[in-house]
Amino acid sequence: MDKNCVIKTEHLQKEYKLGVIGSGTLRADLQSWFAKKRGLEDPNRRIGSKQYEKGELFLALDDFNIDIYRGERVGIIGANGAGKSTLLKLLSRITSPTNGNIAYRGRIASMLEVGTGFHAELTGRENIYLNGAILGMNRAEVDKKIDEIIAFSECEQFIDTPVKRYSSGMFVKLAFSVAAHLDAEIMIMDEVLAVGDMKFQKKCISKMRELAVDHNRTVLYVSHNMSTIQDLCTRCVVLDHGKKVYDGDVDEAIKLYMGGDNDEFFSYEYTDDKHKNPVRRHDLNLTNVKYNGRTTNLFYDNEQMSLELAWENLADIPSLSLRLEVQDSRRMPVTSYLIEDFYSGKKGETHSQKFTFDISKLASGRYTVRYVFFNKRDESLPYEDIEDAAGLAFRRHMSETNKRPWNRAWGSVRLGNLLKLDK
Amino acid sequence: MQNEKITYISAKNKWFRFNFKELWEYRDLILLFVKRNITTSYKQTILGPVWIVINPLLSTVVFTVIFNVIAGVSTDGIPPFLFYMSGNVLWGFFSSCLGKGSSTFLSNARLFGKVYFPRLAQPIADMMCSFINYLIQMTVYVILVVVFALLTPSVQPNLYLFLVPVLVLQTGLLGMGTGLVISSVTTKYRDLNFLVSFGVSLWMYITPVVYPVSRIPGYLRPVMMINPVAPIVEIYRHAFLGCGSFELFYWLISLAVTVLVLFFGILVFNKVEKNFIDTV
Repeated sequence: MDKNCVIKTEHLQKEYKLGVIGSGTLRADLQSWFAKKRGLEDPNRRIGSKQYEKGELFLALDDFNIDIYRGERVGIIGANGAGKSTLLKLLSRITSPTNGNIAYRGRIASMLEVGTGFHAELTGRENIYLNGAILGMNRAEVDKKIDEIIAFSECEQFIDTPVKRYSSGMFVKLAFSVAAHLDAEIMIMDEVLAVGDMKFQKKCISKMRELAVDHNRTVLYVSHNMSTIQDLCTRCVVLDHGKKVYDGDVDEAIKLYMGGDNDEFFSYEYTDDKHKNPVRRHDLNLTNVKYNGRTTNLFYDNEQMSLELAWENLADIPSLSLRLEVQDSRRMPVTSYLIEDFYSGKKGETHSQKFTFDISKLASGRYTVRYVFFNKRDESLPYEDIEDAAGLAFRRHMSETNKRPWNRAWGSVRLGNLLKLDK
Repeated sequence: MQNEKITYISAKNKWFRFNFKELWEYRDLILLFVKRNITTSYKQTILGPVWIVINPLLSTVVFTVIFNVIAGVSTDGIPPFLFYMSGNVLWGFFSSCLGKGSSTFLSNARLFGKVYFPRLAQPIADMMCSFINYLIQMTVYVILVVVFALLTPSVQPNLYLFLVPVLVLQTGLLGMGTGLVISSVTTKYRDLNFLVSFGVSLWMYITPVVYPVSRIPGYLRPVMMINPVAPIVEIYRHAFLGCGSFELFYWLISLAVTVLVLFFGILVFNKVEKNFIDTV
């Protein structure tokens, strides 16, 4: 193992059996085993189910290889069931791999759940010792850190109260504080910050960053919150169905994970089977969409967007309104464009409508769009029948000559210059 | 400053790889588990730890009434209360070690599923808790023995008392070992769980807890004494009260069984702990 490598996995694989594991009772398992021995049919097989076959195995993690180096802060993202938690469980030795090897250097402190091992009846202080010990710290180490832990947790006032009286926020704070002050070389966090308030989340992220930068700790962080991933991580792994599909730059990884099917399209045909989420309302069916007269979704400088939507009416439409919701690469809403009462039509008609919208105030970068059709009725009533379709993404670039400095962290909308007032 | 120790995890887990060094590094955790169990188990009770003593006293009273007064089982000339208490206290320790050991995986599944520490820490801590309860009960028992010894000539504590620490340790390890075997099987088959609760009370009746060994018919005795707990209970009582006899042969068998059961228990526990969370 390389000297700076702290975690190395080789061909890591974890298999789970689908369905009921065993029948749960010894008698039934013996019966099945005996029947199989004699070449008879399994008496405990559910009627209609196929004979046992290999296909019943499920690979939660498949041939996963990674080298993680000292001081790296690695984010792991992926949809539910992609294998993130399985990976963390294997690394933290909660279960062992079906195949492959893991080697790691130093100690791992894992926090797969908030406040594991906290005992409701014990006070905050007692729980710090208990939790510290569960995470592998001995008494002397906790003694050294206890003041720091209590201060970080912001729970000084309640530290000698049983934790069953704590609010869930305080609970997380205390639990995180213990984990953050471990002397472990590797820290593993599974979406645990979500419960704390914004301020505390920020504090935790900067604490983890500080640990990595100043103390050369390595952090593995799983989250569905892309902003925290972007804030914290220096490297990002995307998992999909147990396989590593991307490993590298954080922004690229988030883009890959977040990006829909129509990432690079400049026109799109909505068909029910191909598209994840077309607009199909009771009265309208979006059929296709395109950026007029273009062969790319890249727009430069102050170009006007020319968008054409086509749909067919499934019912009479007295009044139709449309909202274009624009989101940035993290799927944070940026702005929306609105048009109200722009169309009415009869059942069975098809219609194609051109729109234009101004993106000159958007910072350069990649944006995704959703189309939301709605009927605007009486002002006092809420909008009805809103449904959205993933629309065409667009990228806005500045040509070299027009490049003014702008950092994406400053925001996605450039509203203009600050004006100086002369008294 | 940084710990450079490399840990290897591989798919193959060997039957005979115990990491006792790691267990030792987690000794603080074991102590904290013990402390936690003790401080929390009597929270919000009026009598608190007094229950530790009330339990065996009450069951001893019941035993005395049922087996001595009603059924008329002899107690080898020893005051019946003392006779039953002796068996009760030791049996209580044994069954508590067994019971807690056997539910290690099931009752800690949540904790085990979220964080790693040497799993053996849990049953060891449980055994130590049982031991502390036992110590408190034994104190009461010893006081009674002293009082009765002064009043009744038939109660004769003797030099076998020096064997008591060994007997107690053996009881704990045998209980835990049996518990570990059961716990390893119950992760997949819950059947044994039901067996444990009533199996333990049945086991008590084939152990000379409520009757003296001298009451067992000669032809049955070799069979009854194969039960590894039987010689322990008998020697324990012999040491404190002077009744019954010390039979080295049966005790050696019992010791051998204890070592085997403990070894086998740790073996299967060690094997099962790696993946039990997938099947529990």
